[in-house]
Amino acid sequence: MSYVIPKESYTGKVLSFDFGKDDRAVTVGGENTLPFLSFEGQQPNKPVIAYEIQDCPPDDWPDTVKEAYKDVSGDPVAWAKHCQDVLNAKAIALRLLSTHPDRDDRSAEDAAKTVKDVLAAVDVPLVILGSNHIEKDSTVLVAAAEAASGYNCIIGKAQEGNYKTIVAAALAHNHKLIAMSELDINLAKQLNILITQMGFSKEKLITDPMCSALGYGLEYTYSVMERIRLAALAQNDPTMQPPILGDVGMYVWKIKETVAPEADVPEWGALRERGIAWEAITATAMLLAGTNLLIMRHPAAIETVEKTIGELV
Amino acid sequence: MIIIGEKISVIAKKVREAMNARDPKPIQELAAAQWKAGAHFIDVNIGPAEENGEDLMKWMVESIQQVVQAPLCLDTTNAAALEAGLQVHNNEWGRPLINSTSNEPDRFVMLEMAAKHNAQCIALTLGKGSLPADAEERCGIAAEIMARAAEYGVPMEDLFLDPLILQVCTMQDQAIHAIKAVKMFQELNDPPMKTVVGLSNVSNGVPKEMRSLIDRVYLTLLMYEGLSAAIMNPLDKDLMDVLKTTDIFLGNTLYAHSYLEM
Repeated sequence: MSYVIPKESYTGKVLSFDFGKDDRAVTVGGENTLPFLSFEGQQPNKPVIAYEIQDCPPDDWPDTVKEAYKDVSGDPVAWAKHCQDVLNAKAIALRLLSTHPDRDDRSAEDAAKTVKDVLAAVDVPLVILGSNHIEKDSTVLVAAAEAASGYNCIIGKAQEGNYKTIVAAALAHNHKLIAMSELDINLAKQLNILITQMGFSKEKLITDPMCSALGYGLEYTYSVMERIRLAALAQNDPTMQPPILGDVGMYVWKIKETVAPEADVPEWGALRERGIAWEAITATAMLLAGTNLLIMRHPAAIETVEKTIGELV
Repeated sequence: MIIIGEKISVIAKKVREAMNARDPKPIQELAAAQWKAGAHFIDVNIGPAEENGEDLMKWMVESIQQVVQAPLCLDTTNAAALEAGLQVHNNEWGRPLINSTSNEPDRFVMLEMAAKHNAQCIALTLGKGSLPADAEERCGIAAEIMARAAEYGVPMEDLFLDPLILQVCTMQDQAIHAIKAVKMFQELNDPPMKTVVGLSNVSNGVPKEMRSLIDRVYLTLLMYEGLSAAIMNPLDKDLMDVLKTTDIFLGNTLYAHSYLEM
């Protein structure tokens, strides 16, 4: 008797959207099966990786990843062009970190100018991130959304404490939106409901259930993402059907495994390889849990994960 | 839980008058309201419709599907009318449901219709003689209907077994028999058989102000035993709230503070 592969079929489907303009636009989501189970359903769009850049020099990044951008990271425009032209980035994620009150506390107008400059310099789709400061983001992202009007960006992150103004800005300027909650699937669902109740289409949302690095709570992120996917597919829950975002780099490049020098922990092996592997492995786990869009930092880690995606899809 | 909206019925005066006058508006409004409230199917009960039944059912199906993107549950004892409805039903939004076959010979034709038109079918566990006494008797009838469905070429997954809900005010002991039958029906096949009830039958004859309460509690008990579908009133918000809350407890939907609004 020949072996028959047991197959699940789902009533639900992950929503999809595109971001960016013209022939450089990319589409994420759209699968009707759990990640990479091509024998059960379709996954029409490969997961996408956005290169993370920021609007101020990456002083707090560890040397391994700082080194990769040392000639361009003083200027967000040069940095963005480098990602697009030299590293062949399919998308870029611009973090407006300098606007954070504990950083340089730069104004929303400054942030808007940076967004305009970067958009003028590159063609690839842009993700625009605030500094993750609830109050400040609600002014910075509104200005950024306006500055990027017509560019079909993804902006975020809208959180429970500031979603109203950010949703309104994304709605007014026709952007896609990141809805972020902190490792709580019920709050993730609730935030998506609240955002759609403002008249924002669920077809333009991407859910960020909060990322974490391998060894630092990865299993919580993995579990929440997996349950979101199962609610979307098996329970056909429309509030859980937007694609998923994994903001990997910022969680990986601050833990001791990516920072501690070989002299201190020789048994951990070469620092550079260790950091790159840590980011690649964390990102790959996120892909297996259902992430559609990754934000990552190191070019070598991104190259590795893109190769993995190519082999899995 | 699959919700089959029960409001379009020949028993309701407003609906009956609209049917007779071929006035689509009141019927379309009821259909749209039920769909918006969360109904997955709209029941279309035209009764025996001995005169112009075919014409009536065809008109009903077309009128309702002009405003509602959902499949319909065609509810009549008139097989010719049923077939006329199935022929014009738009399957783009789901396959139609036939209401209903049973173990009475004059209802076997409904299985023939289901097979011929690729429709799903409700099977009332009711035979020729008296009402089924308990859950076991209902299962016996269900098994006979399932065997007959197989003969007609209706797949088991297209059959919804209905234990026949009776009035609690006159046949109190039947309430628990029907609940047990819902549990036992599922064990008659692998994958489990689907089940359906005509929920508001349970509160027929009780004072009007108590009906919703009785429907609500009974629905919860039935859902706990794995009920797949109910013919019920989706415009009863209290009933819908109880259904959604029960789905939360049973793990069928994911909790969020606003779950009642979804």
